[in-house]
Amino acid sequence: MSVLVGNNTRLIIQGITGTEGSFHGSQIKEYGTNLVGGVTPGKGGQEALGVPVFNSVQEAKAETSCNTSVIFVPPAFAAGAIIEAAEAGLGLVICITEGIPAADMVKVNHKIKDLPTRLVGPNCPGVISPGTAKVGIMPGFIHEPGSIGVISRSGTLTYEAVHQLVAAGLGQSTSVGIGGDPIIGTTFIDMLSLFAGDDETEGIVMIGEIGGTAEEEAAQWVIDNNLQKPIVAFIAGQTAPPGRRMGHAGAIIAGGKGTAAEKVSALEVAGIHVVKSPADIGMAMSEAINKQKEI
Amino acid sequence: MKIHEYQAKELFRQNNVRVPVGTVAFSLEEALTAYDSLNVKTAVVKAQIHAGGRGKGGGVKLAHTRDEVEKFSNEILGMNLVTHQTGPEGKEVQRLLVEAGVDIACELYAGIVLDRGERKFVFMVSTEGGVEIEKVAAETPEKIIKEWIDPDEGLTADQARNLAIALEMTGTQIDSAVEIFLAVWKVFIEHDCSLLEINPLVITGDDNVMALDAKMNFDDNGLFRHKELLNYKDESEEDPAELEASKFNLNYIKLDGNVGCMVNGAGLAMGTMDIIKLYGGEPANFLDVGGVANAETVANGFRIILSDPNVKSILINIFGGIVRCDRVAQGVIDAMDTVNVSIPVVVRLEGTNAKEAAELLENSSLEFLVATSLADAAEKAVSAVTGGGL
Repeated sequence: MSVLVGNNTRLIIQGITGTEGSFHGSQIKEYGTNLVGGVTPGKGGQEALGVPVFNSVQEAKAETSCNTSVIFVPPAFAAGAIIEAAEAGLGLVICITEGIPAADMVKVNHKIKDLPTRLVGPNCPGVISPGTAKVGIMPGFIHEPGSIGVISRSGTLTYEAVHQLVAAGLGQSTSVGIGGDPIIGTTFIDMLSLFAGDDETEGIVMIGEIGGTAEEEAAQWVIDNNLQKPIVAFIAGQTAPPGRRMGHAGAIIAGGKGTAAEKVSALEVAGIHVVKSPADIGMAMSEAINKQKEI
Repeated sequence: MKIHEYQAKELFRQNNVRVPVGTVAFSLEEALTAYDSLNVKTAVVKAQIHAGGRGKGGGVKLAHTRDEVEKFSNEILGMNLVTHQTGPEGKEVQRLLVEAGVDIACELYAGIVLDRGERKFVFMVSTEGGVEIEKVAAETPEKIIKEWIDPDEGLTADQARNLAIALEMTGTQIDSAVEIFLAVWKVFIEHDCSLLEINPLVITGDDNVMALDAKMNFDDNGLFRHKELLNYKDESEEDPAELEASKFNLNYIKLDGNVGCMVNGAGLAMGTMDIIKLYGGEPANFLDVGGVANAETVANGFRIILSDPNVKSILINIFGGIVRCDRVAQGVIDAMDTVNVSIPVVVRLEGTNAKEAAELLENSSLEFLVATSLADAAEKAVSAVTGGGL
């Protein structure tokens, strides 16, 4: 089994006729994801990637019964696109766009918080359930179906982790990039909760980074909910200087908060195996799974 | 993006936030002209750099005469100002703000930041003005009063009033504070600020509330809709190599070590820095080349990394997803033709077409150290510096 995306996914692409949307869209389709349509305002009635293009998400939903959207529209219009998808009633909205102003995301969060829509991202690689559905920009071929859930704030570092898992003989149930921005939809806690309830997910890899307190909150959640599945974590940015934005808008240590050391110690208190080296993620997960099986 | 105090005050003035009368000066002459035009006896001479703690470092002086203005301006202009935010190397002062002195009855603090946990902006005030607010937050958090701002309504007059009352204000002080808080919020939200701080916010002898200081940072992601703010950019405040990198859309941050690194993706770039440290080296930089790692990008990356004379080896770590590794390898080979690289280069390419890439590197006449894994790459790059691995 998998979480978020899988055989039941009926996907539309917002921004399907744009450069990013059409390039990644074709790879999404090639992977075998059930792509049912696309949205580009003003281009309704056309066809792209072999599926119909609609003027609005609402129209697309009426015609295709889509339940998931992936967003590739530019930063200036991305907030509007997320709200449109949520208001049309889609259950899952995955926003890949990087560079959305924080003030826009404050508004988005406020608008959609009471709607039954889950937002993943923005500024994320998306979600993949290997073998069934890829909704994002990650290289599909490095993944293998299996039993490890991956949650990450990063892009290429997630691929690195997946690569190591596969080398260690471990496939993934679902791998989720939750995004590198200060305000994101789905959090570590949301994903831990989903993976906790997924029978086929046997172990979890968490890749955090400096900035904010999401990892600390996740650690507390693990304690409060007595999560028994083994978790391996890595925190990127142990060597980052304070006060500087390290690429991701959210990766900044402000006022002494958000340091790697604080996160590592909170995770360790929760019994999570934190690896110091990003090269040890796969091995550590493999050992944790084997240990679990002995018990 | 950061701006100077005098620029932030200019924005304040345009938006009806009370600030002292003052003028920026780039020379001693300008400082004296500025003082004369103020037509006051007491003035403050303030160093303008993008860092806090200027007063403690000797960059802010109260002058009671024209001679004192001359003396202090002479001292501060050109001085290397060291504060807790500049780091030990300090920052050369090139601009001054000459301001009319203010009759201060009380020093307070006001600020607006994004509360990531609440997913809202938060307006904070404290009676503990004029000191490091980080210290107040750590030691006496109850002395920071917060109002979270509803994204639809913005800061309301009621909230502004609550904040004023929390600051123990009375009578007309409250009205003055409400006015200023609402105006400050407007400045913040209309310019996509990421941080705004007034420390100190003061109550004057005649019961007015005024911003004696102003610190304003902008959300880089919001700058596309505020092109006018780019005029405030002071390039002399930035590291020259970081500035150069930004012209090529490369995300570069200079660090103190000697192992240069070139990586695709911010998370992997941080992870690469971490693993270099773990193997006993010190990363010289953070460099995210983004999704396109072609010959031109790699060549620019080389130039920027090599502009730092401390760099003794370079680690290229690319996880090819959409980017094909063989293309990256060819990019690295071509870049080595145009840039003279005389220090060891360790290349680790993984992902799409990694095998073809390794063959290209092995078969080239150039001397690469090809790494087979992330750990191997870090080990090779670090031992190349210490001389153990060659």
